[in-house]
Amino acid sequence: MSGAAPEPRETQKTGDRRAARTVRDRRATQVVPGSGQSAWLTLLTAAAMAFLCVFALALALAADRLADRWQAALAQTATVRIAAPAGQIEEQTAIVLEVLATTPGVQSARVIGEDEQAALLEPWFGPDLPMDALTLPRLVEVIEAPGGVDSMGLRLRLAAEAPGAILDDHTRWRRPLIEGAARLRLLALASIGLIGGVTAAMVTLAAMAALATNARVIAVLRLVGARDSFIARAFVRRFTLRTLIGAAAGVALGMVALWAMPAAQDGAGLLTGIGLRGIEWLYPLAIPPVAALVAWAATRVAAFRVLREVT
Amino acid sequence: MIELDGVAHSYGGTELFSDVSLSMGQGSFHFLTGPSGAGKTTLLKLCYGELQPRSGDVRLFGESRRKMGRNDLARARQRIGVVHQDCQFLDHLPVRENVALPLIASQRPVPEGDLDDLLGWVGLSAQADALPPTLSGGERQRAALARAVMTSPEVLLADEPTGNLDWDMSVRLLSLLIELNRMGTAVLIATHDLNLIRTAKSQISARVLRIAGRRMQLAGADL
Repeated sequence: MSGAAPEPRETQKTGDRRAARTVRDRRATQVVPGSGQSAWLTLLTAAAMAFLCVFALALALAADRLADRWQAALAQTATVRIAAPAGQIEEQTAIVLEVLATTPGVQSARVIGEDEQAALLEPWFGPDLPMDALTLPRLVEVIEAPGGVDSMGLRLRLAAEAPGAILDDHTRWRRPLIEGAARLRLLALASIGLIGGVTAAMVTLAAMAALATNARVIAVLRLVGARDSFIARAFVRRFTLRTLIGAAAGVALGMVALWAMPAAQDGAGLLTGIGLRGIEWLYPLAIPPVAALVAWAATRVAAFRVLREVT
Repeated sequence: MIELDGVAHSYGGTELFSDVSLSMGQGSFHFLTGPSGAGKTTLLKLCYGELQPRSGDVRLFGESRRKMGRNDLARARQRIGVVHQDCQFLDHLPVRENVALPLIASQRPVPEGDLDDLLGWVGLSAQADALPPTLSGGERQRAALARAVMTSPEVLLADEPTGNLDWDMSVRLLSLLIELNRMGTAVLIATHDLNLIRTAKSQISARVLRIAGRRMQLAGADL
């Protein structure tokens, strides 16, 4: 009778069994007295670690976004720098523009005016820069089509037709930026791993302390025929729940703190970019169950190791 | 059910007893006597596997203690009721939960009606919700005995179970043990109380063993 609804009596029996099991589980947990200090320590540690984990996660995501943004912003542009004697500069500029106009993959090219050059230099030299007194190369901004430009071919053509022109496709700028962002992301992920490790260590220590405090209780339970799995369950259940609750509180605080961060703005860089966007707000919700899983495993290993020493 | 075969035990190089053999079959009733420090408590601990003998073999329900894993030992203990001299309660749990502890620990359902009856039988109905540290010595012993018989064990081991009880209560508890024994439970009681032994022998066939001079022997017929 597959797919048929279970008989009412069957459902009743299943319900009874479940209720009996719940009572037994509750009693199993109660046989171990609550250990006040280690309980609070576990709760606070889990909350603090989850709070830090939210920020590490946000940093990893921000680094990811930053790398993408730099990649996208720099990958589609290039610059031709023309450094030629004063008498040849206009001629070579015209040649460069002509070469670019006939180069496949170039969407547009334009000469960067003196005002724009002054604006680019202003952060380093300040305002009112005497542009006339400086010998600056002529700059041509190249916007690439989605397929990109054959940089090597363009360089050879420019070298042949306008010897003072040098193509800069931003590779030397782009690579360290992308590498830096990737390294930052790796560091953030390593931090998450470390946070997990420290959580496991703290929970293990707290569980060992609780097991040591309850050595007499464990001895009595062994004497009345309790199996190690039963005794361990009482500790594992308690520490897993504490970690889950602590981590949930830490995540909630972390998310509120991220929400209160200033909104990210274009060009504002990494600092205001640390935050969560859209579906990313769901990612931290995975932290409490993962922390509980870590606590479950750590307490279980600690409990069985200690119990092996009791006859 | 429990067999000791040529068992010897020592503490810190001093031999307590040697070549001790004992067979507790279904429905058997043994008393264990002897001077203080002769090794009565140690013998009981060997019987429920808390201690390993220095030599010889202890078999619990047909299985050698030496070959038993931790779960095997736990399973064997679920079939043995033990009354410890120092009672050994969980002080944070009320008497009711302590008495039901062997059932809770083996994850069996607790028959609340039977539990109430048993608490009434040992005279602890009024103390059912009290914590063990608030009980008197006699009340603790009665609670310990109730815990030992709660699972209707196949073997019952009791270390001075009536040491702190008045005579009427001792006889009352003895009658409970005799009743269990008649239903097939093997009973071993370590005691100094010769009157208790005589009272029991007047009702059932019990063997009295005595540990003295590092040996265990059958006590005289005068008991």
